[in-house]
Amino acid sequence: MTAQPAFLQIQDVVKDFGGGAVAVNHVSIDIAKGEIFALLGSSGCGKTTLLRMLAGFETPTSGRIVLDGRDLAGLPPYERPINMMFQSYALFPHLTVWENIAFGLKRDGMPPDKTAERVEAMLKLVQLGKFAKRKPHQLSGGQQQRVALARSLAKRPQLLLLDEPLGALDKKLREETQIELVNIIEEVGVTCVMVTHDQEEAMTMASRIAIMSEGKVLQVGPPADIYETPATRFVADFIGNVNLMDGTLAEDEADHCVVDCEDLRHYVGHGITGTRGMAVTVAVRPEKIHLSAHAPSNEDQAHGFNRAKGVVKNLSYFGSYTVYHLELPSGRVLKISQNNTQRHREHEPTWGSEAWAHWSRQSQVVLTQ
Amino acid sequence: MSGRTLFGSGFARGFSKAWLLGGFLFLYLPIVALVIYSFNDSPIPNVWAGFTLKWYAALPGDREMIAGLWLSLKIAFFTACGSVMLGTLAAFALVKYKRFTGRTLFTGMVNAPLVMPEVIIGLSLLLMLVSVQRVLGFPERGMLTIWLGHLLLGMAYATVVVQARLQDLNPQLEEAAMDLGARPHQVFYLVTLPMIAQSLLSAWLLTFTLSLDDVVLSAFLSGPGATTMPLVIFSRARLGLNPSVNAVATLIVLVVSVGVVLASLAIARAERRRSQDLAAAARGG
Amino acid sequence: MNTLRKLVAWLLRGRTAVIGVPYLWLLAFFLLPFLIVFRISVSEMEGVVFKDVLTLTDGVLELTVKLSNYVFITQDDLYFKTYLSSIRYAAITTLLCLVIGYPFAYFMARAKATIQPALLMLVMLPFWTSFLLRVYAWKGLLTEHGWVSELLIALKVDHVLLAMGVIPALGKFMNSPFSLVLGMVYTYLPFMILPLYGNLAKMDLRLLEAAADLGATPWTAFWKVTVPLSKAGIIAGSMLVFIPCIGEFVIPELLGGPQTLMIGRVLWDEFFSNNDWPMASSVAVVMILLIIVPLAIFNRYQAQAQEQRR
Repeated sequence: MTAQPAFLQIQDVVKDFGGGAVAVNHVSIDIAKGEIFALLGSSGCGKTTLLRMLAGFETPTSGRIVLDGRDLAGLPPYERPINMMFQSYALFPHLTVWENIAFGLKRDGMPPDKTAERVEAMLKLVQLGKFAKRKPHQLSGGQQQRVALARSLAKRPQLLLLDEPLGALDKKLREETQIELVNIIEEVGVTCVMVTHDQEEAMTMASRIAIMSEGKVLQVGPPADIYETPATRFVADFIGNVNLMDGTLAEDEADHCVVDCEDLRHYVGHGITGTRGMAVTVAVRPEKIHLSAHAPSNEDQAHGFNRAKGVVKNLSYFGSYTVYHLELPSGRVLKISQNNTQRHREHEPTWGSEAWAHWSRQSQVVLTQ
Repeated sequence: MSGRTLFGSGFARGFSKAWLLGGFLFLYLPIVALVIYSFNDSPIPNVWAGFTLKWYAALPGDREMIAGLWLSLKIAFFTACGSVMLGTLAAFALVKYKRFTGRTLFTGMVNAPLVMPEVIIGLSLLLMLVSVQRVLGFPERGMLTIWLGHLLLGMAYATVVVQARLQDLNPQLEEAAMDLGARPHQVFYLVTLPMIAQSLLSAWLLTFTLSLDDVVLSAFLSGPGATTMPLVIFSRARLGLNPSVNAVATLIVLVVSVGVVLASLAIARAERRRSQDLAAAARGG
Repeated sequence: MNTLRKLVAWLLRGRTAVIGVPYLWLLAFFLLPFLIVFRISVSEMEGVVFKDVLTLTDGVLELTVKLSNYVFITQDDLYFKTYLSSIRYAAITTLLCLVIGYPFAYFMARAKATIQPALLMLVMLPFWTSFLLRVYAWKGLLTEHGWVSELLIALKVDHVLLAMGVIPALGKFMNSPFSLVLGMVYTYLPFMILPLYGNLAKMDLRLLEAAADLGATPWTAFWKVTVPLSKAGIIAGSMLVFIPCIGEFVIPELLGGPQTLMIGRVLWDEFFSNNDWPMASSVAVVMILLIIVPLAIFNRYQAQAQEQRR
């Protein structure tokens, strides 16, 4: 690990608008050059305020923002080497596509021939060469977005900011655009910070995600880490679906631990550093739990761990997979997700049928917060 | 909008059409009467006695009226320009700066001339100007003072028009401009101004018309030799019916109608082109 | 030196200029005049000069506040009656404008979307032509041999009007309460229609569909849904008619008569005919006091409307 400082450093930034709520509460994040970094959270969590502070539209109450070694404090938006793609695209309606993209270049005083060269290159990048002379209202939503992207990349910014990039698109378009966007950003090689409330968007596009809630960062890491190793109950619940089971720590060794919940017992394949008797929560993702008609007989299950018997209360068919709600005698309901790998299966669990749920000792995460 | 109304559809449609027709008849009847009687060849103004153009022929020789028209046009022009400038500033102040000291007083002062009776505005402004004149020796009552009064009224209307447009503006457009490197004054000239241009024009025309038509303020604030056209018409109208007034009225109605119709057609055509563009874009063209 | 530089920088800041210029202008040309009017209303007039309210002679500071104008206004029957009469005419005009204008705006808003701009233009067109001329036109229509005059006589409506006491005699419609109210309603009708139309056109029709779905007849839905939602438009339109009508001068002068007491004419006469500036000022001050409450309502509505747009 080199001692080189991160490309973008957000150092203990606070934004207090006064009157009670603190929008951004001591946030510190390091972002590497060339990364696509996502700020993920529900509305009001402070992610948009943080993004606007990067752009220069808000000033931090305290803390520093350092980009490539340069403190951005006091720099107005028009002097920062940062460009933003706005949620509403904010294309200038009275200018053509060509003029929109050239806008930033002209402000820098770029000579006309260089400007033309650059605009043509951007149009080619987003494949809108034919539409150069059109005005924004003559374009579809997807095309407008591409213009917005081209415009924000035209000045070769050191940092690209995306504000809910896919929010305005419908589902089908969203999937295609996600991939396209990432390709273009990686091709250009620009460092990118995006803000979104959509988990799917964050997980598919970003190389690292920061989960934010109430102005604080709860966890930072690659999508897989956040999904499989959430740090807190909140994060586990926020991302994807999860079964959260409260219990007490019964055993804690170097290579395993046991958690006693009221109605089942967990044997977890790793130890945590905790004290016996402490309250913990075990998180298991629905796709890690298996449903079977007969009692499972693997090693753990045979000893009474990592299994539960119940009745299928509900099921939702999604085509490629089915989600079952299994009600245990204690009243707890487990969410179980199974892929439909065969077109028809014998002994398909259905409403009211009895079934066993079981999971492996590698599938759980033990949470202390 | 399917024309859903109060009662069963047949009766409702008939009733609504009748009401609208009646209303428009009420609104336009005086205008029509004015125009028709401008061609009346009769010593008794209200009794029709044949078609003539003599009242129109007499107009160019009507020095009082021509002088009044010329003065009114000048004042109206400067009123419109000044109102748009002050009104735009006030509109920006109200839309951009949500909090500043004395904002309530400011809003009150900006909106009040819209409804305040003109006799009050006229009297108070005149008294102030006279007091100033006693101390500083100027301004003399005349074109300048009339202009000041019209400006006060015009500014209120201009503010309303420009403010409405400013509030509809997407704030992200100005942020985008700044993000791309435009300094605040560049943002104004390159982005904001083009987008509010149409409302500035509307405000200009509105305040121009207002000034051209004003009677009470002009009466209070005018001086010797500064008689606006409305004042000329008013003094004649007070005395009774006068066909020269009809002739002038018809010409004004003609000019205004042509202007308004042309403007409406232009706007309608731009709207139609715009929706065509949107439809084409949606098809993916 | 540093503070001076800071002051200049603050003055040149965009924000200061944008707010400051119109603010100062309004303070000088709107607020200051009112203060002067108030001061003059309590001044003694010597020939054509106002004696100072505050004088310092021989080391004695004298405050001379002449309240006799106000006393006169409150005691004199005529003034009191005129104020009352002005408010009454303004109220009647507002009510009539509402009764005629609301259905008008409603039907306009419910018309086919394609002809609404045309309808709007047709309503605006008279507004752009001189109001003075259109009021003058009513003179022609209501004088003897005028079209409307002949029509009303033919329909025997003048009997009804005479019974109501709003015309002086059969066949004579001019210079009466009738002609005055007719003229005012005519002039101020667009001021009522436009805010109402703006409000009704923006209404979400799905609310009416929801009401129907829940069992309301169109009539009930109108009174329980449409009218309450258009309250803002009704208030705006009413204030835009009521307040200026109180002080209206031109229409009473051209269409009114000896029977129609309007305070705008009184103010004009005090100023132009009697040359009694303090009196005219006192009349103005009392008028301002009268309209302060509706003015405050209007101001609050404007502020609310701006909030909603954001």
